[in-house]
Amino acid sequence: MSMAGRMRMGVKDFVERMPAPIRLRELIRTIRTARTQAEEREMIQKECAAIRSSFREEDNTYRCRNVAKLLYMHMLGYPAHFGQLECLKLIASQKFTDKRIGYLGAMLLLDERQDVHLLMTNCIKNDLNHSTQYVQGLALCTLGCMGSSEMCRDLAGEVEKLLKTSNSYLRKKAALCAVHVIRKVPELMEMFLPATKNLLNEKNHGVLHTSVVLLTEMCERSPDMLAHFRKLVPQLVRILKNLIMSGYSPEHDVSGISDPFLQVRILRLLRILGRNDDDSSEAMNDILAQVATNTETSKNVGNAILYETVLTIMDIKSESGLRVLAINILGRFLLNNDKNIRYVALTSLLKTVQTDHNAVQRHRSTIVDCLKDLDVSIKRRAMELSFALVNGNNIRGMMKELLYFLDSCEPEFKADCASGIFLAAEKYAPSKRWHIDTIMRVLTTAGSYVRDDAVPNLIQLITNSVEMHAYTVQRLYKAILGDYSQQPLVQVAAWCIGEYGDLLVSGQCEEEEPIQVTEDEVLDILESVLISNMSTSVTRGYALTAIMKLSTRFSCTVNRIKKVVSIYGSSIDVELQQRAVEYNALFKKYDHMRSALLERMPVMEKVTTNGPTDIVQTNGETEPAPLETKPPPSGPQPASQANDLLDLLGGNDITPIIPTVPTSKPASAGGELLDLLGDLNLTGAPPSAPASVPQLSQPPFLLDGLSSQPLFNDIASGIPSITAYSKNGLKIEFTFERSNTNPSVTVITIQASNSTELDMTDFVFQAAVPKTFQLQLLSPSSSIVPAFNTGTITQVIKVLNPQKQQLRMRIKLTYNHKGSAMQDLAEVNNFPPQSWQ
Amino acid sequence: MRFMLLFSRQGKLRLQKWYLAMSDKERKKMVRELMQVVLARKPKMCSFLEWRDLKVVYKRYASLYFCCAIEGQDNELITLELIHRYVELLDKYFGSVCELDIIFNFEKAYFILDEFLMGGDVQDTSKKSVLKAIEQADLLQEDGKERNVQ
Repeated sequence: MSMAGRMRMGVKDFVERMPAPIRLRELIRTIRTARTQAEEREMIQKECAAIRSSFREEDNTYRCRNVAKLLYMHMLGYPAHFGQLECLKLIASQKFTDKRIGYLGAMLLLDERQDVHLLMTNCIKNDLNHSTQYVQGLALCTLGCMGSSEMCRDLAGEVEKLLKTSNSYLRKKAALCAVHVIRKVPELMEMFLPATKNLLNEKNHGVLHTSVVLLTEMCERSPDMLAHFRKLVPQLVRILKNLIMSGYSPEHDVSGISDPFLQVRILRLLRILGRNDDDSSEAMNDILAQVATNTETSKNVGNAILYETVLTIMDIKSESGLRVLAINILGRFLLNNDKNIRYVALTSLLKTVQTDHNAVQRHRSTIVDCLKDLDVSIKRRAMELSFALVNGNNIRGMMKELLYFLDSCEPEFKADCASGIFLAAEKYAPSKRWHIDTIMRVLTTAGSYVRDDAVPNLIQLITNSVEMHAYTVQRLYKAILGDYSQQPLVQVAAWCIGEYGDLLVSGQCEEEEPIQVTEDEVLDILESVLISNMSTSVTRGYALTAIMKLSTRFSCTVNRIKKVVSIYGSSIDVELQQRAVEYNALFKKYDHMRSALLERMPVMEKVTTNGPTDIVQTNGETEPAPLETKPPPSGPQPASQANDLLDLLGGNDITPIIPTVPTSKPASAGGELLDLLGDLNLTGAPPSAPASVPQLSQPPFLLDGLSSQPLFNDIASGIPSITAYSKNGLKIEFTFERSNTNPSVTVITIQASNSTELDMTDFVFQAAVPKTFQLQLLSPSSSIVPAFNTGTITQVIKVLNPQKQQLRMRIKLTYNHKGSAMQDLAEVNNFPPQSWQ
Repeated sequence: MRFMLLFSRQGKLRLQKWYLAMSDKERKKMVRELMQVVLARKPKMCSFLEWRDLKVVYKRYASLYFCCAIEGQDNELITLELIHRYVELLDKYFGSVCELDIIFNFEKAYFILDEFLMGGDVQDTSKKSVLKAIEQADLLQEDGKERNVQ
């Protein structure tokens, strides 16, 4: 043999003696023996290197094995992109094994965003026409799972062809593939229409099921298709009936029920077809009743069908008997031992509580029991549903349960629950005493979770209940004696003690046994609050002001008060220092004014001040809302929200309002006092106070209508509601009520709902009105608008319109949605005349 | 259905089937997050939870969690049945399936899933029919080892 010949032989031997790549299972076994992450990484890198060189050699024999190994490593989290082209080669191979792994690899590794995936298109086209149905199946599956729009466009014709085949194995796959094509390229929907003609005539359950899915997709996307397919209702009803009535069919049986998957899909399609259509709804009435009454409920599978049935009944134009039947099914679900069933029932009830309120009310006690469930999701739904069911008749009983819930629930619920309780109490309180007691209970049990902006609202409420002042202050005093760590409670208590301290020491309480307390004891507690580390700066502000007010209400301890006030004149806390200095001035230079200044606060109409409740203060740094006579603030401290609105509304003609924001931005009671002081032209006024403005036209409404009547017209006032805003899935509706006592007042309740799939969080609603109006925003019920319209945020706006001008409003919405911050401005111009005339 | 995941109690991924286009990086992030949420659930809690804008249905079979992310209009209870059906298919195929079967034969687990679901929906509601198709395909694979498929 020649030298060259010998060399060739040598190389051939060498190549043949190279070890074959290790088998997949071998590799898996080896990798699992790795004891550390580092060891595993090393093994993987070694194997990847071997695979890479094998790929470079274009080895057909072992390509399949290598790609399979690569897929395993990819699942462990390691990069595998260098295998992408190899998958394409496998797909193009004639061996079934290769195709199987190749298509799997394509589905796992290829990404429609990279152009390389388009190389698959031709192979798939060929395989769709392959003589072996399992190869055709692979191609359909891959296209139907990850086909890009381009691929779908290119191959839709092939899919359509297969949809018409008599081979049920292929037909069912083609149907689902068509669904994917339509999702990717909706314009192609039309071309599948002819092929749908006889789909429901099939006996094969696979084809039936996938056909129903295809029809559902088409009807959901196109109103024309929907109208076209309505004629299928009788046929669908028949198929469903057969499933229920037919005897045992082992092939499709699940726990005694025949093909539950198909039943559920048919029910869902019926829902879409029956929606807003009387005839279709009527045609399916009987079968729905039949399914609802005959389905076995002992196992999950039966309940799954019942659940779908209920959803359908509630969504179509069903007769009332059927609706009641549906709600009763949900009521029974609530009693089921299976948590999942209870969860599903509560979710559905939440959706129907507005429309079928009375029917849902019947299940109130069961719903309330769910408040005690261990599962957090169930508790939350039960809580939301409970609030939706509260009304004038059941308020006492419901409140007992809700307060108990507030006591024992997880911290994540407490803030929302407290807000909900305040809202419900404000709307339906049977008596003032009950209202005060409820507030007290919330403050004492969940005092630290109460939103800070609820404090001024509560104070107003208390002020309005004139005959309860003594009782209230006594209860508050007793509450903080034991524990003054809960800031909102302490703030309300301090304010009340400052106002009504005289009633406290004189033991005037009628509602309960009056307590014996001396002026010094009262000052002791207030001073403790001042000194305590637990007290925030705002709380200290409340306490100091309260102490000051007591100087005109107490007789024996004025000197003590003077001393305290003067000490804080040198406090490090600027806010406190400022107040103390002013109060000192009151004692020294303006003592003759002191008693007038510190007089008992008059009863505030809820619509009144646009000052204290709207001030977003942090240690007095933010400017309070400037009043109309003042030009737009160009001061050194931008009240950023106010300025934003001003800028957008273009200048002077709108009074900006800083809305209450549901974050921990405390409202300062000191602000109120400063407003009053501002009236009197004090010198040495702090830079941020409106006191620098001379004769303010102090809102006359402060003294208006001293009435303790409820401000709302409880009866439907007949003013039509409006949709003020509807965009990007966010809808805001306004409903109106006019004040009984003051015809210039309009109360607007806004409801924000969210029809998208994702919650909107940190939702803030702001509003601005023209100059001649005054606006007050109360605190919202929460800051999250839940998805799928499962709940709303409620917020109340009070508008004062003394000149009876046409109501206009500009609103600004900010929220977080799908991970990004959203913001929008809108004008609301469609206020009905009855809301402002 | 948007996607299905199978993972162990230790947080090891055993199968991931995605029915929507997403980058590898995003997928990894979602998997990590969701695994954390599901593994933190206590045994007494219900099988459904809300996560991002999706509903998640999960069920534990021995050492494996089967987790499906479905959309708003999808029926959670029937999804539990769907999961159960898949487990039954695996069980019939492997004969008393356990986690190890799925680890060592992950490609087969995918093949079975792809014969049962497509694009997130059920292809065939008959257990028998799905298993028969897998069986035939396996035979084809065996045949093909000797000769090429025409």
